[in-house]
Amino acid sequence: MSENVLHSPLEAAHLALGARLIPFGGWAMPVQYTSILSEHAAVRNTAGVFDISHMGQVFVTGENHIAWLDRLLTNNLSKLSPGQGQYTIMLNENGGVIDDLIAYRISGEETLLVVNASMIPEDVAWMEKNLDPGVTLRNESDEWAGLAIQGPNAADIFKKLYPNETLPPRNGILKTANGEIVCRTGYTGEDGYEFFCPAALGPVIFESFISAGATPCGLGARDTLRLEMCYPLNGNDLSPERSPIEAGLGFFCDLEKPDFIGRNTLVSQKSNGPKLKLTAIQLTEKGPPPRPHYTVLSENGETLGELSSGVLSPTLGHGIAMAYLPSAYSKIGTTLLIDVRGRQFKAVTVKKPFLKKPK
Amino acid sequence: MSASEIPSDLLFQNSHEWARIDGDTVTVGISDHAQAELTDVVFVELPALGKTVDAGDPAAVVESVKAASDIYAPLSGEVIEVNPAVEGDPSLVNTAPYGDGWIFKLKLSKPDQVSSLLTPEAYGELIG
Repeated sequence: MSENVLHSPLEAAHLALGARLIPFGGWAMPVQYTSILSEHAAVRNTAGVFDISHMGQVFVTGENHIAWLDRLLTNNLSKLSPGQGQYTIMLNENGGVIDDLIAYRISGEETLLVVNASMIPEDVAWMEKNLDPGVTLRNESDEWAGLAIQGPNAADIFKKLYPNETLPPRNGILKTANGEIVCRTGYTGEDGYEFFCPAALGPVIFESFISAGATPCGLGARDTLRLEMCYPLNGNDLSPERSPIEAGLGFFCDLEKPDFIGRNTLVSQKSNGPKLKLTAIQLTEKGPPPRPHYTVLSENGETLGELSSGVLSPTLGHGIAMAYLPSAYSKIGTTLLIDVRGRQFKAVTVKKPFLKKPK
Repeated sequence: MSASEIPSDLLFQNSHEWARIDGDTVTVGISDHAQAELTDVVFVELPALGKTVDAGDPAAVVESVKAASDIYAPLSGEVIEVNPAVEGDPSLVNTAPYGDGWIFKLKLSKPDQVSSLLTPEAYGELIG
């Protein structure tokens, strides 16, 4: 971790609430306020509010910017109308993941990219290196505070606080009369939205969501919530050495597009089948929580890889994890062993996501 | 945040275990301060009965949602009893760290080591 730790505009508010701060992606961010389990439950049952000010905002403008983004990113932005967003991935020349992000079309002329905190400098450098004439980037990551309000009560809370605004539909984006940006997206599997406002207004708006009924939630609960849904975390589950096909994110890669960076690798992996697959693994016996880097073995004791993510699922009550495994072992129902401090615990590969939400 | 409870009849070590000395046996758990820092204990790995440990050896593991923490033997001895209740309900370590949340008992092999442990006052200063 560098000495130049970055601080959220909400840091004083976090400390006043008793939060514990940890380093994350170069930032000091709350890992929890009271308890990861109770914060997790708040998001599943009512609503939680997360500080996501560490995430990056890059605005892309220019008449031909959509064509440029469609060569930079895996998904197909030209299929969206202004007001809509999509999950998409930025690849290196070898088809490895630089970052996963959400691209929101604000208008015909402007698109917002929300990227991972730790990747802001690298993402922007990659975009600038590959920039087309006529396309302009504005990295406004330092100017915005971000909040994610997530949970079954999130929409009601919005109505209470913003009676004159209408939440956009799923994956949509709205600019409020005050210039705030509201995106109907999230990282928890619950309904909710990500709310961006000028950094100076962040603390007041954060407090307003708490007063309206959202429980402040930290990165600990964010991790357990996202892993129950098998949402990948860049740095854990995604890396420059792994492609989105291997990560099981082929749905977000439009191979019909004639060209985008990394496309050739994806086309070949798709037709030949990837050698490795990011696989969902559930512990089938009572044991310690699985954690990243624990070794995964076959039933016969052959080492297959290591966990990229792992937690004790607060909702399901058993260990859940993901790992890149040889395709032969990623088939649903395959028995595996997870090594924890020299003891081996039984596990099985399961269908993603771990948490199946009733519609 | 409320101040941590530090019972006056226990001894402590720097790594936040408590020790209740009773003749030549010691009962070991983690302090109220430690459980508050860990929060949400979700798994306890108990030592094997009959295992001998030296003071300072990792003897058990307490896991919260975020991290696994070694529990160190405060004194040397042989594991003569473990608490199965915390295996079944790890949250006892949070709710009753000095009571039903105890972790293991040792039969002491070097009782004179007791003088190296922290008094409740000294432990209170440590966690200040």
